[in-house]
Amino acid sequence: MASSTQAKSFTFSEGGVAILLILCVFVSILIAAKTHDPAMAFHAWLGLAAAAVGVFAVFNGHFKRECNIPEEIDGKPNYQMGPVKVATALSMFWGIAGFAVGLIIALQLAYPALNFDLPWTSFGRMRPLHTSAVIFAFGGNILLASSMYVVQRTCRARMAGGLWPWFVVWGYNFFIVIAGTGYLLGVTQSKEYAEPEWYADLWLTLVWVIYLLVFLGTLWKRKEPHIYVANWFYLAFIVTIAMLHLVNNATVPVSFVEPKSYIVWSGVQDAMTQWWYGHNAVGFFLTAGFLAIMYYFVPKRADRPVYSYRLSIVHFWSLIFLYIWAGPHHLHYTAAPQWAQTLGMTFSIMLWMPSWGGMINGLMTLSGAWDKLRTDPVLRMLVVSVAFYGMSTFEGPLMSIRAVNSLSHYTDWTIGHVHSGALGWVGFVSFGAIYCLVPWLWNRKGLYSLKLVNWHFWIATIGIVLYITAMWVSGIMQGLMWRAYTPQGFLEYSFIETVEAMHPFYVIRALGGLLFLVGAVIMAYNLVMTVRYGEHAEEAVGHPTAVQPAE
Amino acid sequence: MYERLAQFAQTWGLLYFVVLFVIVLAYALWPKNKKRFDEASKIPLRED
Repeated sequence: MASSTQAKSFTFSEGGVAILLILCVFVSILIAAKTHDPAMAFHAWLGLAAAAVGVFAVFNGHFKRECNIPEEIDGKPNYQMGPVKVATALSMFWGIAGFAVGLIIALQLAYPALNFDLPWTSFGRMRPLHTSAVIFAFGGNILLASSMYVVQRTCRARMAGGLWPWFVVWGYNFFIVIAGTGYLLGVTQSKEYAEPEWYADLWLTLVWVIYLLVFLGTLWKRKEPHIYVANWFYLAFIVTIAMLHLVNNATVPVSFVEPKSYIVWSGVQDAMTQWWYGHNAVGFFLTAGFLAIMYYFVPKRADRPVYSYRLSIVHFWSLIFLYIWAGPHHLHYTAAPQWAQTLGMTFSIMLWMPSWGGMINGLMTLSGAWDKLRTDPVLRMLVVSVAFYGMSTFEGPLMSIRAVNSLSHYTDWTIGHVHSGALGWVGFVSFGAIYCLVPWLWNRKGLYSLKLVNWHFWIATIGIVLYITAMWVSGIMQGLMWRAYTPQGFLEYSFIETVEAMHPFYVIRALGGLLFLVGAVIMAYNLVMTVRYGEHAEEAVGHPTAVQPAE
Repeated sequence: MYERLAQFAQTWGLLYFVVLFVIVLAYALWPKNKKRFDEASKIPLRED
């Protein structure tokens, strides 16, 4: 190997990661010793263990590698795919965990006895566990994996930062563990999709800033003159999430050894900030990030360039400039000013344009190659995800209209809407990306079984249809029952009567969730078999499996 | 204060978005850029 003649030295990134992790060891010991809160002590011990393992891994990786890692081998970029592999595998793992918790809480709603009368298994603690697991753990890991893959491949450059991409992937997943165990132990700041307390938030900030630097560094090193559109979407996702996270978590902890903190915003300002955050988590995490996946994986899988690159530019800029204003539609009929509600509603309706522009761009990429949908279930999954994107981004603006919202808000309709986006769009586009990534990353000719992908596709699709139709019926019924008056002007139904009426739909919803989970388990089996028994690709798919640090 | 804010948002806000959109459209549709964008759209498909 040509690279073996190169010298070996302790790199800056190895030194930097090691110093940071050693610092974390000391901080963890200090917190563990000082705190009176058992949950925070538990987290400090976890931090200590993780940082110690990290320090070991840095030095172990250093002593094991034979030389400094070259940027290129035989004129081809020496891509760093180790962190991408880990994030892809973790995405699948957290996906199944998150879907399973979702199924449990769906069953809890249908059969409340399943709360077991224990604090840790109560719906109130399990629900944020589910949302964070699917959005931030499953979705977050596939965004990390795909962004690190796509930015390297479309820039034709090895990822910047040496060991730091590893730090980003493991550091992010450590955040997930802290957040998730925190919810079960009752550590929460009670902001939807922003539940983790201040110390988890600080850690995530550190990881996220390094993620941004790694991503920007890779763009800086690029060999391609143009930055491909997928990278624009990834960059918007990373930058905006950083901004949202910082503003919505501007908290003052009670003490540095207590988990509790207070937000600096008060009252209606806090509500506005929270839904500015909340809706843009949808807009920039669940939309921009996954649109980046669409713009790389759909053309790649269909083997044809995106339908219109010009449209993708208009799509990008109009989407990011409009989305940021849509949040107040979550606060219709509240203390938020009427003009702010109207503004949120207006921008939500305008979002129809970029959303559908993007959907058309994704779907029309297949024009002239529609026959591939018949033979390639992975491509079918990607295309159906784009169709679900179009459907749920049609429904969303509709529900943001104040009059419609007066019926839909606080009902299951919202849950159904969220899941048509989450299961249909985010779930399917992620599955499609993972089905593409695993053979590429592990250098396999193809997937173990396309038949199983087909089974996954149909089982999951039926699951989604059961889920969203049940929630439409249940939600609209619930809304109508809440607003029904008797001729004398009394409310016609008590609250518990509406709950009773929803029971059958809750059971159907749980069945839909079960099917979605079964599909994901089939997928995981298929992927494990692909890695373990799949035929090696003759020619490396582009990345020579050369020296990798700390694998 | 409220009146002034609403006035500002309704006039300059509108202008700001229209101007931005025109700039984006001009950039995307400018004939000279077509070749660059066609090249860029092929980036994912090229193997290295």
